[in-house]
Amino acid sequence: MKLRKVAVVGAGITKFVRRAQETAKELSYHATKMALDSCNMPLEEIDSVVHGTAPDAFDGVHMKGEYLSEASGGWRKPFMRSYVGGGTGVFAPINGWYLVASGMYDTCVVVCEEKMSSCQPHPQGAFLTIFDHTTERPLGPNLLWIFALEMNRYMQVHKIPREQIALVSVKNKRNALDHPSAQLGAELTVEDVMNSEIMAWPVTRLMVSPTSDGAAAVVLASEEVAKKITDNPVWISGVGWNLDTAYWTNRDLYYPEYVEKAARMAYKMAGIKNPREEINVVEPYDPFAYKELHHLEGLLLADKGQAPRITAEGITARDGKMPSCPSGGLLGVGNPIAAAGMMKICELFWQLRGEAGKRQVKNSPRTGLAQAWGDLMQVGTVVIMQRGD
Amino acid sequence: MLETGIRLHGTALEEEDFKTHRVFYTTDIPKLQYAWDCGVAMGHYLKGLKQGKLLGTYCKKCKRTVIPPRVFCELCFRNMDKWVELKDTGIVNTFSICYVTWDMKKLIYPEIPAVIEIDGASKGKGILHLLAEVDPKQVKLGMKVKAVWKPKSEREGSILDIKYFKPI
Ligand SMILES: [Zn+2]
Repeated sequence: MKLRKVAVVGAGITKFVRRAQETAKELSYHATKMALDSCNMPLEEIDSVVHGTAPDAFDGVHMKGEYLSEASGGWRKPFMRSYVGGGTGVFAPINGWYLVASGMYDTCVVVCEEKMSSCQPHPQGAFLTIFDHTTERPLGPNLLWIFALEMNRYMQVHKIPREQIALVSVKNKRNALDHPSAQLGAELTVEDVMNSEIMAWPVTRLMVSPTSDGAAAVVLASEEVAKKITDNPVWISGVGWNLDTAYWTNRDLYYPEYVEKAARMAYKMAGIKNPREEINVVEPYDPFAYKELHHLEGLLLADKGQAPRITAEGITARDGKMPSCPSGGLLGVGNPIAAAGMMKICELFWQLRGEAGKRQVKNSPRTGLAQAWGDLMQVGTVVIMQRGD
Repeated sequence: MLETGIRLHGTALEEEDFKTHRVFYTTDIPKLQYAWDCGVAMGHYLKGLKQGKLLGTYCKKCKRTVIPPRVFCELCFRNMDKWVELKDTGIVNTFSICYVTWDMKKLIYPEIPAVIEIDGASKGKGILHLLAEVDPKQVKLGMKVKAVWKPKSEREGSILDIKYFKPI
Protein backbone atom coordinates (compact mmCIF):
# COMPACT_ATOMS: atom_id res chain seq x y z
CA MET A 1 0.00 0.00 0.00
CA LYS A 2 1.29 3.46 -0.89
CA LEU A 3 1.13 5.69 2.17
CA ARG A 4 1.23 9.46 1.99
CA LYS A 5 3.60 11.54 4.12
CA VAL A 6 1.88 13.06 7.15
CA ALA A 7 3.13 16.08 9.09
CA VAL A 8 2.36 17.59 12.47
CA VAL A 9 1.84 21.29 11.76
CA GLY A 10 0.44 22.66 15.02
CA ALA A 11 0.14 21.82 18.71
CA GLY A 12 -1.74 23.04 21.78
CA ILE A 13 -1.95 22.19 25.46
CA THR A 14 -3.59 23.31 28.71
CA LYS A 15 -2.11 23.40 32.18
CA PHE A 16 -2.18 20.05 33.97
CA VAL A 17 -3.71 20.45 37.46
CA ARG A 18 -5.06 18.18 40.23
CA ARG A 19 -8.59 19.52 39.85
CA ALA A 20 -9.46 22.02 37.15
CA GLN A 21 -12.30 24.50 37.28
CA GLU A 22 -12.77 23.84 33.54
CA THR A 23 -14.96 20.95 32.40
CA ALA A 24 -13.74 18.16 30.11
CA LYS A 25 -15.30 20.04 27.19
CA GLU A 26 -13.64 23.32 28.14
CA LEU A 27 -10.22 21.69 28.48
CA SER A 28 -10.63 19.92 25.10
CA TYR A 29 -11.71 23.18 23.48
CA HIS A 30 -8.74 25.18 24.79
CA ALA A 31 -6.15 22.61 23.67
CA THR A 32 -7.80 22.22 20.25
CA LYS A 33 -8.16 25.97 19.74
CA MET A 34 -4.52 26.58 20.67
CA ALA A 35 -3.36 23.86 18.24
CA LEU A 36 -5.45 25.30 15.38
CA ASP A 37 -4.38 28.88 16.12
CA SER A 38 -0.71 27.86 16.30
CA CYS A 39 -0.81 27.04 12.56
CA ASN A 40 -3.55 29.53 11.57
CA MET A 41 -5.92 26.74 10.56
CA PRO A 42 -9.60 27.63 10.61
CA LEU A 43 -11.82 24.73 11.68
CA GLU A 44 -13.45 24.65 8.21
CA GLU A 45 -10.16 23.33 6.81
CA ILE A 46 -10.11 20.34 9.17
CA ASP A 47 -11.45 17.23 7.39
CA SER A 48 -11.51 14.76 10.29
CA VAL A 49 -11.22 14.60 14.07
CA VAL A 50 -9.78 11.92 16.37
CA HIS A 51 -10.34 12.08 20.12
CA GLY A 52 -8.42 10.09 22.71
CA THR A 53 -9.72 9.74 26.24
CA ALA A 54 -9.49 6.97 28.82
CA PRO A 55 -12.28 5.17 30.70
CA ASP A 56 -15.76 6.72 30.78
CA ALA A 57 -15.68 5.86 34.49
CA PHE A 58 -13.40 8.83 35.30
CA ASP A 59 -16.02 11.32 34.19
CA GLY A 60 -19.09 9.24 34.97
CA VAL A 61 -20.23 10.12 31.45
CA HIS A 62 -20.95 7.24 29.12
CA MET A 63 -20.17 7.78 25.40
CA LYS A 64 -17.49 10.23 26.41
CA GLY A 65 -16.08 10.46 22.88
CA GLU A 66 -19.35 11.71 21.45
CA TYR A 67 -19.82 13.95 24.49
CA LEU A 68 -16.51 15.68 23.78
CA SER A 69 -16.78 15.72 19.97
CA GLU A 70 -17.84 19.32 19.46
CA ALA A 71 -15.27 20.53 21.99
CA SER A 72 -12.61 18.88 19.81
CA GLY A 73 -13.77 20.60 16.62
CA GLY A 74 -15.81 17.57 15.58
CA TRP A 75 -19.15 19.26 14.95
CA ARG A 76 -20.64 17.59 11.83
CA LYS A 77 -17.34 16.02 10.85
CA PRO A 78 -16.05 12.44 10.55
CA PHE A 79 -15.15 11.80 14.19
CA MET A 80 -13.65 8.81 15.94
CA ARG A 81 -12.52 7.96 19.44
CA SER A 82 -9.40 5.89 20.13
CA TYR A 83 -8.84 4.04 23.35
CA VAL A 84 -6.15 1.66 24.60
CA GLY A 85 -5.98 2.67 28.26
CA GLY A 86 -2.79 4.53 29.19
CA GLY A 87 -1.49 3.94 25.67
CA THR A 88 -4.24 6.16 24.23
CA GLY A 89 -2.27 9.41 24.02
CA VAL A 90 0.13 7.95 21.47
CA PHE A 91 -2.49 5.69 19.86
CA ALA A 92 -4.85 8.57 18.95
CA PRO A 93 -2.23 10.28 16.73
CA ILE A 94 -1.58 6.90 15.08
CA ASN A 95 -5.30 6.77 14.22
CA GLY A 96 -5.11 10.35 12.91
CA TRP A 97 -1.99 9.48 10.96
CA TYR A 98 -3.67 6.68 9.02
CA LEU A 99 -6.70 8.78 8.21
CA VAL A 100 -4.32 11.15 6.38
CA ALA A 101 -1.64 8.65 5.23
CA SER A 102 -4.33 6.49 3.60
CA GLY A 103 -5.49 9.37 1.44
CA MET A 104 -8.92 9.50 3.11
CA TYR A 105 -8.42 13.05 4.37
CA ASP A 106 -5.91 15.89 3.97
CA THR A 107 -6.19 17.16 7.53
CA CYS A 108 -7.00 15.79 10.96
CA VAL A 109 -7.00 17.30 14.42
CA VAL A 110 -6.13 14.86 17.19
CA VAL A 111 -7.23 15.82 20.70
CA CYS A 112 -6.60 13.98 23.96
CA GLU A 113 -8.29 14.93 27.21
CA GLU A 114 -8.69 13.60 30.71
CA LYS A 115 -10.52 14.96 33.70
CA MET A 116 -9.79 12.44 36.42
CA SER A 117 -10.81 14.60 39.38
CA SER A 118 -14.55 14.12 38.87
CA CYS A 119 -14.21 10.56 40.14
CA GLN A 120 -14.62 10.60 43.94
CA PRO A 121 -13.21 10.01 46.47
CA HIS A 122 -10.19 9.13 44.34
CA PRO A 123 -9.82 8.44 40.60
CA GLN A 124 -8.06 5.17 41.53
CA GLY A 125 -11.57 3.79 42.00
CA ALA A 126 -12.05 3.79 38.23
CA PHE A 127 -8.88 1.74 37.78
CA LEU A 128 -9.97 -1.11 40.04
CA THR A 129 -12.24 -2.53 37.35
CA ILE A 130 -9.26 -3.39 35.12
CA PHE A 131 -8.58 -6.42 37.32
CA ASP A 132 -10.26 -9.74 36.48
CA HIS A 133 -13.60 -9.81 38.29
CA THR A 134 -13.40 -13.49 39.24
CA THR A 135 -9.74 -14.23 39.94
CA GLU A 136 -8.35 -10.87 41.07
CA ARG A 137 -10.92 -8.36 42.28
CA PRO A 138 -12.02 -10.45 45.29
CA LEU A 139 -8.44 -10.04 46.62
CA GLY A 140 -8.98 -6.28 46.96
CA PRO A 141 -6.22 -5.12 44.62
CA ASN A 142 -5.30 -1.51 43.93
CA LEU A 143 -3.49 -0.08 40.93
CA LEU A 144 -0.24 0.41 42.86
CA TRP A 145 0.05 -3.37 43.16
CA ILE A 146 0.73 -4.02 39.49
CA PHE A 147 3.35 -1.27 39.30
CA ALA A 148 5.04 -2.42 42.50
CA LEU A 149 5.01 -6.06 41.35
CA GLU A 150 6.46 -5.15 37.96
CA MET A 151 9.07 -2.77 39.43
CA ASN A 152 10.20 -5.37 41.96
CA ARG A 153 10.55 -8.05 39.28
CA TYR A 154 12.54 -5.63 37.06
CA MET A 155 14.80 -4.53 39.94
CA GLN A 156 15.50 -8.02 41.25
CA VAL A 157 16.14 -9.72 37.91
CA HIS A 158 18.76 -7.08 37.05
CA LYS A 159 19.89 -6.31 40.64
CA ILE A 160 19.14 -2.61 40.20
CA PRO A 161 19.42 -0.46 43.35
CA ARG A 162 16.36 1.70 44.08
CA GLU A 163 18.59 4.81 44.18
CA GLN A 164 19.17 4.47 40.44
CA ILE A 165 15.44 4.36 39.82
CA ALA A 166 14.90 7.40 42.09
CA LEU A 167 17.19 9.35 39.77
CA VAL A 168 14.45 9.32 37.09
CA SER A 169 12.09 11.20 39.45
CA VAL A 170 14.83 13.75 40.19
CA LYS A 171 15.55 14.31 36.49
CA ASN A 172 11.95 14.52 35.27
CA LYS A 173 10.59 16.67 38.08
CA ARG A 174 13.49 19.07 37.56
CA ASN A 175 12.87 19.19 33.79
CA ALA A 176 9.20 19.97 34.50
CA LEU A 177 10.14 23.23 36.24
CA ASP A 178 10.54 24.65 32.73
CA HIS A 179 7.21 23.34 31.37
CA PRO A 180 4.33 25.84 31.56
CA SER A 181 1.76 23.04 31.95
CA ALA A 182 3.55 21.38 34.85
CA GLN A 183 1.78 20.27 37.99
CA LEU A 184 4.69 18.83 39.97
CA GLY A 185 7.97 20.41 38.86
CA ALA A 186 10.47 20.29 41.73
CA GLU A 187 14.13 20.43 42.60
CA LEU A 188 14.72 17.21 44.56
CA THR A 189 17.55 14.91 45.59
CA VAL A 190 17.74 11.13 45.33
CA GLU A 191 17.45 11.09 49.14
CA ASP A 192 14.18 13.05 48.99
CA VAL A 193 12.71 10.45 46.62
CA MET A 194 14.04 7.49 48.65
CA ASN A 195 12.81 8.95 51.94
CA SER A 196 9.34 9.86 50.72
CA GLU A 197 6.52 7.69 52.07
CA ILE A 198 6.57 4.05 50.93
CA MET A 199 3.22 3.40 49.26
CA ALA A 200 3.71 -0.11 47.93
CA TRP A 201 7.28 -1.31 48.32
CA PRO A 202 9.45 -0.71 46.30
CA VAL A 203 7.42 2.32 45.15
CA THR A 204 7.66 5.56 47.15
CA ARG A 205 5.37 8.57 46.77
CA LEU A 206 7.87 10.60 44.72
CA MET A 207 8.26 7.73 42.23
CA VAL A 208 4.57 8.06 41.24
CA SER A 209 2.98 10.54 38.84
CA PRO A 210 -0.04 12.50 40.10
CA THR A 211 -3.64 12.24 38.91
CA SER A 212 -4.49 15.26 36.77
CA ASP A 213 -6.96 17.17 34.62
CA GLY A 214 -5.72 18.46 31.27
CA ALA A 215 -5.80 18.30 27.48
CA ALA A 216 -3.40 18.44 24.53
CA ALA A 217 -3.88 18.44 20.75
CA VAL A 218 -2.04 18.40 17.41
CA VAL A 219 -3.01 19.25 13.84
CA LEU A 220 -1.99 16.72 11.16
CA ALA A 221 -1.77 17.46 7.42
CA SER A 222 -0.82 15.68 4.20
CA GLU A 223 2.47 16.74 2.57
CA GLU A 224 0.79 19.02 0.05
CA VAL A 225 -1.29 20.82 2.66
CA ALA A 226 1.51 20.90 5.25
CA LYS A 227 3.86 22.71 2.88
CA LYS A 228 1.28 25.46 2.40
CA ILE A 229 0.83 25.88 6.15
CA THR A 230 4.40 25.89 7.40
CA ASP A 231 8.05 25.91 6.34
CA ASN A 232 8.78 23.80 9.36
CA PRO A 233 6.63 20.63 9.31
CA VAL A 234 7.52 17.71 11.57
CA TRP A 235 6.91 14.39 9.80
CA ILE A 236 5.45 11.30 11.40
CA SER A 237 7.96 8.84 9.96
CA GLY A 238 6.99 5.68 11.84
CA VAL A 239 4.18 4.28 13.97
CA GLY A 240 3.81 1.03 15.88
CA TRP A 241 1.51 -0.58 18.40
CA ASN A 242 1.16 -3.96 20.01
CA LEU A 243 -0.84 -5.75 22.70
CA ASP A 244 0.19 -8.59 24.96
CA THR A 245 -2.14 -10.95 26.84
CA ALA A 246 -4.31 -9.73 29.70
CA TYR A 247 -3.20 -12.89 31.59
CA TRP A 248 -0.44 -10.74 33.08
CA THR A 249 0.48 -13.29 35.77
CA ASN A 250 1.58 -15.61 32.96
CA ARG A 251 4.30 -13.26 31.64
CA ASP A 252 7.74 -12.27 32.93
CA LEU A 253 7.16 -8.64 33.87
CA TYR A 254 10.87 -7.80 33.91
CA TYR A 255 10.76 -6.86 30.20
CA PRO A 256 7.98 -5.35 28.02
CA GLU A 257 8.10 -7.54 24.88
CA TYR A 258 5.05 -5.78 23.44
CA VAL A 259 6.85 -2.40 23.61
CA GLU A 260 9.76 -3.93 21.68
CA LYS A 261 7.37 -5.24 19.04
CA ALA A 262 5.69 -1.83 18.71
CA ALA A 263 9.11 -0.13 18.49
CA ARG A 264 10.40 -2.54 15.84
CA MET A 265 7.29 -1.86 13.73
CA ALA A 266 7.88 1.90 13.98
CA TYR A 267 11.66 1.67 13.36
CA LYS A 268 11.07 -0.43 10.26
CA MET A 269 8.57 2.08 8.87
CA ALA A 270 10.92 4.98 9.62
CA GLY A 271 13.93 3.17 8.13
CA ILE A 272 15.80 3.31 11.43
CA LYS A 273 18.51 0.65 11.67
CA ASN A 274 20.38 1.83 14.75
CA PRO A 275 17.93 3.47 17.14
CA ARG A 276 20.54 4.41 19.75
CA GLU A 277 22.37 6.57 17.19
CA GLU A 278 19.35 7.78 15.22
CA ILE A 279 16.85 8.70 17.97
CA ASN A 280 18.03 12.09 19.25
CA VAL A 281 15.26 12.82 21.77
CA VAL A 282 12.86 10.42 23.43
CA GLU A 283 9.67 10.76 25.46
CA PRO A 284 9.04 7.30 26.96
CA TYR A 285 5.97 6.81 29.15
CA ASP A 286 6.88 7.50 32.80
CA PRO A 287 3.84 7.16 35.10
CA PHE A 288 6.25 5.61 37.63
CA ALA A 289 10.00 6.24 37.78
CA TYR A 290 11.03 2.68 36.82
CA LYS A 291 8.71 2.76 33.79
CA GLU A 292 10.97 5.21 31.94
CA LEU A 293 13.87 2.77 32.34
CA HIS A 294 11.74 -0.28 31.52
CA HIS A 295 10.52 1.44 28.36
CA LEU A 296 13.94 2.72 27.22
CA GLU A 297 14.97 -0.95 27.24
CA GLY A 298 11.82 -2.12 25.46
CA LEU A 299 12.42 0.58 22.83
CA LEU A 300 15.92 -0.93 22.32
CA LEU A 301 17.50 2.40 23.38
CA ALA A 302 19.38 0.63 26.18
CA ASP A 303 20.45 -2.96 26.78
CA LYS A 304 18.26 -4.97 29.17
CA GLY A 305 19.01 -3.79 32.71
CA GLN A 306 21.26 -0.95 31.48
CA ALA A 307 18.82 1.99 31.34
CA PRO A 308 19.66 2.91 34.97
CA ARG A 309 23.35 3.11 34.01
CA ILE A 310 22.81 5.42 31.03
CA THR A 311 20.59 7.58 33.25
CA ALA A 312 23.29 7.79 35.93
CA GLU A 313 25.84 8.70 33.23
CA GLY A 314 23.70 11.65 32.13
CA ILE A 315 23.03 10.34 28.62
CA THR A 316 19.28 10.91 29.14
CA ALA A 317 19.68 14.35 30.76
CA ARG A 318 18.34 17.33 28.84
CA ASP A 319 21.91 18.21 27.74
CA GLY A 320 22.88 14.55 27.20
CA LYS A 321 23.39 12.57 23.99
CA MET A 322 19.83 11.14 24.05
CA PRO A 323 17.65 13.34 26.26
CA SER A 324 14.71 11.42 27.77
CA CYS A 325 11.56 13.20 28.97
CA PRO A 326 12.93 16.73 28.47
CA SER A 327 9.32 17.87 28.98
CA GLY A 328 9.38 16.67 32.58
CA GLY A 329 7.26 13.64 31.73
CA LEU A 330 4.26 12.38 33.60
CA LEU A 331 6.24 12.46 36.85
CA GLY A 332 6.71 16.22 36.56
CA VAL A 333 4.19 17.69 34.12
CA GLY A 334 1.36 15.44 35.35
CA ASN A 335 -0.66 12.45 34.24
CA PRO A 336 -4.10 13.21 32.77
CA ILE A 337 -3.97 9.75 31.16
CA ALA A 338 -4.64 10.24 27.43
CA ALA A 339 -3.51 13.89 27.48
CA ALA A 340 -0.20 12.84 29.05
CA GLY A 341 0.75 10.71 26.03
CA MET A 342 -0.32 13.52 23.70
CA MET A 343 1.78 15.97 25.75
CA LYS A 344 4.78 13.84 24.67
CA ILE A 345 3.83 14.15 20.98
CA CYS A 346 3.50 17.93 21.44
CA GLU A 347 6.90 18.09 23.17
CA LEU A 348 8.60 16.31 20.26
CA PHE A 349 6.94 18.77 17.87
CA TRP A 350 8.34 21.73 19.80
CA GLN A 351 11.75 20.11 20.41
CA LEU A 352 12.25 19.14 16.74
CA ARG A 353 11.33 22.67 15.63
CA GLY A 354 13.68 24.22 18.19
CA GLU A 355 10.70 25.87 19.90
CA ALA A 356 10.93 24.43 23.40
CA GLY A 357 12.47 27.50 25.06
CA LYS A 358 14.30 26.65 28.28
CA ARG A 359 13.41 22.98 27.77
CA GLN A 360 15.19 22.87 24.41
CA VAL A 361 17.60 19.93 24.18
CA LYS A 362 21.15 20.77 23.14
CA ASN A 363 21.83 18.19 20.42
CA SER A 364 19.75 19.88 17.68
CA PRO A 365 17.59 16.78 17.29
CA ARG A 366 16.49 15.49 13.91
CA THR A 367 14.46 12.48 15.03
CA GLY A 368 12.38 11.86 18.15
CA LEU A 369 10.27 9.05 19.59
CA ALA A 370 7.22 9.18 21.85
CA GLN A 371 5.78 6.10 23.54
CA ALA A 372 2.83 5.33 25.78
CA TRP A 373 1.75 2.22 27.65
CA GLY A 374 -1.25 0.92 29.51
CA ASP A 375 -3.98 -1.51 30.49
CA LEU A 376 -2.83 -4.58 32.43
CA MET A 377 0.83 -3.85 31.56
CA GLN A 378 0.09 -5.02 28.04
CA VAL A 379 -0.05 -2.25 25.42
CA GLY A 380 2.78 -0.35 23.75
CA THR A 381 2.18 2.57 21.36
CA VAL A 382 5.03 4.32 19.51
CA VAL A 383 5.30 7.34 17.19
CA ILE A 384 8.55 8.48 15.53
CA MET A 385 8.75 12.08 14.37
CA GLN A 386 11.34 13.72 12.14
CA ARG A 387 12.30 17.31 11.39
CA GLY A 388 11.80 18.08 7.72
CA ASP A 389 14.72 18.93 5.45
CA MET B 1 6.33 27.40 20.37
CA LEU B 2 5.92 26.49 24.02
CA GLU B 3 8.23 28.66 26.10
CA THR B 4 8.64 28.47 29.84
CA GLY B 5 6.42 30.98 31.62
CA ILE B 6 3.76 31.23 28.88
CA ARG B 7 0.23 31.41 30.37
CA LEU B 8 -1.99 28.48 29.44
CA HIS B 9 -5.65 27.71 30.04
CA GLY B 10 -6.51 25.46 33.01
CA THR B 11 -7.43 26.82 36.45
CA ALA B 12 -6.30 24.83 39.47
CA LEU B 13 -8.97 24.62 42.19
CA GLU B 14 -8.11 24.70 45.90
CA GLU B 15 -10.11 23.71 49.01
CA GLU B 16 -10.72 27.40 49.62
CA ASP B 17 -12.60 27.75 46.32
CA PHE B 18 -15.21 25.25 47.53
CA LYS B 19 -15.44 26.65 51.08
CA THR B 20 -16.06 30.18 49.82
CA HIS B 21 -18.47 28.99 47.11
CA ARG B 22 -16.37 30.61 44.41
CA VAL B 23 -17.08 27.53 42.29
CA PHE B 24 -20.04 25.17 42.09
CA TYR B 25 -20.28 21.44 41.48
CA THR B 26 -22.97 18.78 41.34
CA THR B 27 -22.76 15.17 42.52
CA ASP B 28 -24.34 11.82 41.74
CA ILE B 29 -23.77 8.22 42.79
CA PRO B 30 -24.61 6.07 39.75
CA LYS B 31 -26.28 2.84 40.80
CA LEU B 32 -24.55 0.05 38.91
CA GLN B 33 -24.49 -3.57 39.96
CA TYR B 34 -23.07 -6.50 38.04
CA ALA B 35 -23.36 -10.27 38.20
CA TRP B 36 -20.61 -11.89 36.16
CA ASP B 37 -21.20 -15.38 34.81
CA CYS B 38 -17.90 -17.11 35.28
CA GLY B 39 -18.09 -19.02 32.03
CA VAL B 40 -16.95 -22.51 31.18
CA ALA B 41 -13.25 -22.49 32.10
CA MET B 42 -13.57 -20.29 35.16
CA GLY B 43 -16.65 -22.18 36.37
CA HIS B 44 -14.62 -25.39 36.41
CA TYR B 45 -11.73 -23.59 38.13
CA LEU B 46 -14.01 -22.31 40.90
CA LYS B 47 -15.49 -25.79 41.36
CA GLY B 48 -11.90 -27.03 41.82
CA LEU B 49 -11.22 -24.35 44.43
CA LYS B 50 -14.30 -25.43 46.38
CA GLN B 51 -12.81 -28.94 46.43
CA GLY B 52 -9.43 -27.61 47.54
CA LYS B 53 -7.73 -28.08 44.15
CA LEU B 54 -5.94 -25.75 41.74
CA LEU B 55 -6.76 -26.61 38.12
CA GLY B 56 -5.00 -25.57 34.92
CA THR B 57 -5.52 -26.29 31.23
CA TYR B 58 -3.02 -27.91 28.86
CA CYS B 59 -2.33 -27.25 25.17
CA LYS B 60 -0.55 -30.21 23.55
CA LYS B 61 0.50 -28.21 20.50
CA CYS B 62 2.27 -25.52 22.55
CA LYS B 63 3.14 -27.99 25.36
CA ARG B 64 1.89 -25.44 27.86
CA THR B 65 -0.09 -25.76 31.11
CA VAL B 66 -1.62 -22.47 32.15
CA ILE B 67 -3.35 -21.07 35.21
CA PRO B 68 -5.75 -19.25 35.41
CA PRO B 69 -7.28 -21.76 33.00
CA ARG B 70 -8.99 -20.81 29.74
CA VAL B 71 -10.89 -22.84 27.12
CA PHE B 72 -8.67 -21.69 24.25
CA CYS B 73 -4.93 -21.31 23.75
CA GLU B 74 -4.21 -17.71 22.75
CA LEU B 75 -0.95 -18.77 21.06
CA CYS B 76 -2.11 -21.42 18.56
CA PHE B 77 -5.79 -20.39 18.77
CA ARG B 78 -7.25 -23.86 19.28
CA ASN B 79 -9.30 -25.48 22.03
CA MET B 80 -7.22 -26.44 25.05
CA ASP B 81 -6.71 -30.22 25.16
CA LYS B 82 -7.27 -31.17 28.79
CA TRP B 83 -7.67 -30.18 32.41
CA VAL B 84 -4.71 -30.76 34.72
CA GLU B 85 -4.75 -30.83 38.51
CA LEU B 86 -1.84 -28.73 39.78
CA LYS B 87 -0.23 -28.59 43.21
CA ASP B 88 -1.24 -26.00 45.78
CA THR B 89 2.39 -24.97 46.18
CA GLY B 90 4.59 -22.68 44.14
CA ILE B 91 7.28 -20.01 44.20
CA VAL B 92 7.12 -16.25 44.56
CA ASN B 93 7.73 -14.66 41.14
CA THR B 94 7.39 -11.11 42.43
CA PHE B 95 5.76 -9.33 45.37
CA SER B 96 5.03 -5.97 46.93
CA ILE B 97 4.43 -4.71 50.45
CA CYS B 98 1.49 -2.36 50.16
CA TYR B 99 0.87 0.26 52.85
CA VAL B 100 -2.16 2.06 51.38
CA THR B 101 -5.71 1.30 50.29
CA TRP B 102 -6.93 2.07 46.78
CA ASP B 103 -8.11 5.52 47.91
CA MET B 104 -4.74 6.23 49.51
CA LYS B 105 -5.68 5.63 53.14
CA LYS B 106 -2.92 4.21 55.32
CA LEU B 107 -3.10 0.49 56.19
CA ILE B 108 -2.13 -0.48 59.74
CA TYR B 109 -0.98 -3.92 58.64
CA PRO B 110 0.60 -3.90 55.16
CA GLU B 111 -0.67 -6.38 52.58
CA ILE B 112 1.76 -8.55 50.60
CA PRO B 113 0.36 -9.16 47.10
CA ALA B 114 2.43 -11.58 45.03
CA VAL B 115 2.51 -13.40 41.72
CA ILE B 116 2.92 -17.09 42.62
CA GLU B 117 4.17 -19.52 39.96
CA ILE B 118 2.14 -22.66 40.61
CA ASP B 119 3.90 -26.05 40.76
CA GLY B 120 2.73 -28.27 37.93
CA ALA B 121 2.01 -25.38 35.56
CA SER B 122 4.52 -24.37 32.89
CA LYS B 123 7.40 -22.19 34.05
CA GLY B 124 6.35 -18.62 34.73
CA LYS B 125 2.61 -19.35 34.82
CA GLY B 126 1.21 -17.94 38.02
CA ILE B 127 -1.68 -16.30 39.77
CA LEU B 128 -2.15 -13.17 41.86
CA HIS B 129 -2.71 -13.79 45.57
CA LEU B 130 -1.65 -12.59 49.00
CA LEU B 131 1.13 -13.80 51.29
CA ALA B 132 0.72 -14.03 55.08
CA GLU B 133 2.25 -15.75 58.15
CA VAL B 134 5.56 -14.19 57.09
CA ASP B 135 7.61 -11.17 58.12
CA PRO B 136 7.37 -8.84 55.10
CA LYS B 137 11.12 -8.27 55.30
CA GLN B 138 11.77 -12.00 54.86
CA VAL B 139 9.89 -12.38 51.56
CA LYS B 140 12.19 -13.18 48.64
CA LEU B 141 11.79 -13.95 44.96
CA GLY B 142 11.93 -17.70 44.46
CA MET B 143 10.61 -18.39 48.00
CA LYS B 144 8.56 -21.62 48.19
CA VAL B 145 4.99 -21.11 49.38
CA LYS B 146 1.84 -23.18 49.97
CA ALA B 147 -1.86 -22.32 49.88
CA VAL B 148 -3.68 -21.99 53.19
CA TRP B 149 -7.27 -23.09 52.50
CA LYS B 150 -10.44 -22.16 54.30
CA PRO B 151 -12.06 -25.12 56.09
CA LYS B 152 -14.03 -27.25 53.64
CA SER B 153 -17.41 -26.20 55.05
CA GLU B 154 -16.64 -22.53 54.45
CA ARG B 155 -15.43 -22.84 50.86
CA GLU B 156 -17.81 -21.48 48.26
CA GLY B 157 -16.06 -21.69 44.88
CA SER B 158 -14.06 -18.48 45.03
CA ILE B 159 -10.42 -17.41 44.80
CA LEU B 160 -10.92 -16.49 48.47
CA ASP B 161 -11.27 -20.23 49.28
CA ILE B 162 -7.50 -19.86 49.50
CA LYS B 163 -7.01 -17.48 52.44
CA TYR B 164 -3.41 -16.73 51.44
CA PHE B 165 -0.11 -18.43 50.68
CA LYS B 166 2.53 -18.97 53.37
CA PRO B 167 6.20 -19.97 53.19
CA ILE B 168 7.14 -23.66 53.50
ZN1 LIG C 1 -1.42 -23.68 21.96
